[in-house]
Amino acid sequence: MNAENRENLRPDQENVLEIDHLTVHYVLEDETVEAVNDISIQLKKGKIMGLVGETGAGKTSTALAVLNLIPDPPGVIRSGRVLINGRDMLKLSKKELEEVRGSEVSMIFQDPMTSLNPVFTVGEQIAESIRLHEKCDQKKAMERAEEMLSLVGIPPERAAEYPHQFSGGMKQRVVIAIALACNPHLLLADEPTTALDVTIQAQVLDLMVNLKQKMNTSMIFITHDLGIVAEICDEVAVMYAGRIIERGTLDDIFNHTRHPYTEGLFNSLPDIDNRTAELKPIPGLMPDPTMLPKGCAFAPRCPYARPECIETPQKEQAVSDTHFVMCSAYQDPSFRIQRQEVFYE
Amino acid sequence: MSDTILEVRNLKKYFKTSRGMLHAVDDISFTLERGKTLGIVGESGCGKSTTGRCILRLIEPTSGEVIFDGEDVLQLSGHSLRERRADMQIIFQDPFSSLNPRKTVMQTIAEGVEMRGKYRTKAEIEGRVLELMETVGLAERLINSYPHELDGGRRQRIGVARALAVEPKLIICDEPVSALDVSIQAQILNLLKELQRKLGLTYIFITHDLAVVNHISDEIMVMYLGQTVEKAPSEELFKNPTHPYTKALLSAIPIPKVGGPKRERILLKGEVSSPIEPGDVCRFAKRCSYACEACQKGCPALKETAPGHLVSCHLFGSPGK
Repeated sequence: MNAENRENLRPDQENVLEIDHLTVHYVLEDETVEAVNDISIQLKKGKIMGLVGETGAGKTSTALAVLNLIPDPPGVIRSGRVLINGRDMLKLSKKELEEVRGSEVSMIFQDPMTSLNPVFTVGEQIAESIRLHEKCDQKKAMERAEEMLSLVGIPPERAAEYPHQFSGGMKQRVVIAIALACNPHLLLADEPTTALDVTIQAQVLDLMVNLKQKMNTSMIFITHDLGIVAEICDEVAVMYAGRIIERGTLDDIFNHTRHPYTEGLFNSLPDIDNRTAELKPIPGLMPDPTMLPKGCAFAPRCPYARPECIETPQKEQAVSDTHFVMCSAYQDPSFRIQRQEVFYE
Repeated sequence: MSDTILEVRNLKKYFKTSRGMLHAVDDISFTLERGKTLGIVGESGCGKSTTGRCILRLIEPTSGEVIFDGEDVLQLSGHSLRERRADMQIIFQDPFSSLNPRKTVMQTIAEGVEMRGKYRTKAEIEGRVLELMETVGLAERLINSYPHELDGGRRQRIGVARALAVEPKLIICDEPVSALDVSIQAQILNLLKELQRKLGLTYIFITHDLAVVNHISDEIMVMYLGQTVEKAPSEELFKNPTHPYTKALLSAIPIPKVGGPKRERILLKGEVSSPIEPGDVCRFAKRCSYACEACQKGCPALKETAPGHLVSCHLFGSPGK
């Protein structure tokens, strides 16, 4: 598994998305929210990266920055580049952005109930996005819209219906159909299944993985559910207080966990195979993003923290070619967290 | 020998709609032993929350019996109902909308403390509030805070303290951790378990999260469109799911493990059908891959397939199958 993943991460492969030292702050009247702090991500063609973290970790701000959709004011992109197929999203003109959004990169939001327009039929809404990016007449666009609907498992004759006639799971399929209508290279999915029931979630996840394979789309999948990550992602980046504190392949993160926060997340989850296992929650709360500590943001909650963790900013360290962790404790080669390494046959 | 605290018999709640009767809860029966936890799981609209609220009479049931400590709650009124209700409390899902934004932590919790009439003077009440705050892990300095000043986890702790304030015997927890982040969710789950151990509380735990329900419940009841489709001790249910819906539900849980043996995933076709005038058929038949003629000819009754394990499916329980 590990070997295969490494194979896929060879540097000669092209990056669809490259985020380079991105910092996003929201400047308010008397304070500054440090939402995203110096993060870097690379994503290859046809891969799904899970962006994991709790509320306020900066996941959605990262996705919005990729689309250059950070509301300004109060949002300020302090530094960094966001390259999609080599073009810097943060340097494009308004007109260029309009072309790129929807055709090269698109986004699915968490709540399918509010992302559709209630006064247009779903067919019209899919066709709109096709007509914006491809030169074709309304009739042709509607035909394509119907194709898209059947691709996401909705009978094409329902194209003439309005969003309120669809259930939650169906609406999310329509949103996915709109997002994929122009065959983007990159799809940002922000908690796309959180509002859905488990059996419907299973259908939607299945659909997304199938579409990814068919169209070779790269995906950033934002979620707080490590179960979903295990199921559909190839790579994982764990965010905490606006930083990526650990990233690697699925196997790296799940079976060779390094960062104490990632360990804490796993320990907080009930184990479905062992119902009597005790939950070990992470004590305390995430730090206030307007007053981030000088050193490691996780140090105040970290069971392994040493005095220097609180004082000195952390640097990312390589565990292997694919696995990186932002924890200075690993400067001591004998340091280990408690979570056991997992090996499967 | 069993010490039953709650017995629900043939509980029904129908809502009148313009298109006919909506069967939100349709003939639910169960018994619950003192100090145990019953988990109720199911997807949105299956009637799990309505069941919880009918037990407390926050929603007036259409028919049925709710026998709490030997007394039918549905027959009570006025003063005796108020007294009985103090024995049963509820913790709501959303700690953001279930607290009064104009009341401080002190005022919110004190309301419940005063209700029992045990503590009368201001000092006594404040002492009790502080005691409760300590029990649920809220720092003393927060006593005069308003809900908007606190995060979700702390607000849910207020919700728990408010429920405990009236010294209930039974607490209905309606998705109490669904709105919280995992690390906070684990804190609240541990708190609920510890309180149960210390105070001998009985819980009905309503949730859609199967990993959570498995962790906290002694027994689990799976609901689909207002009916019980399967009920069994937690371990038995997860080891030996029998109803096709339960099987699909369990197989759909994303498990946070990588590289282990591959699970078989049962993908259900379609979506939950309408609860309006469902008729006398198996309500799951439309999505079920095992559906046969019998499923259209009548709603299957709950049958015992193993000790304590009840299933309502034509495939099981009848002789020869």
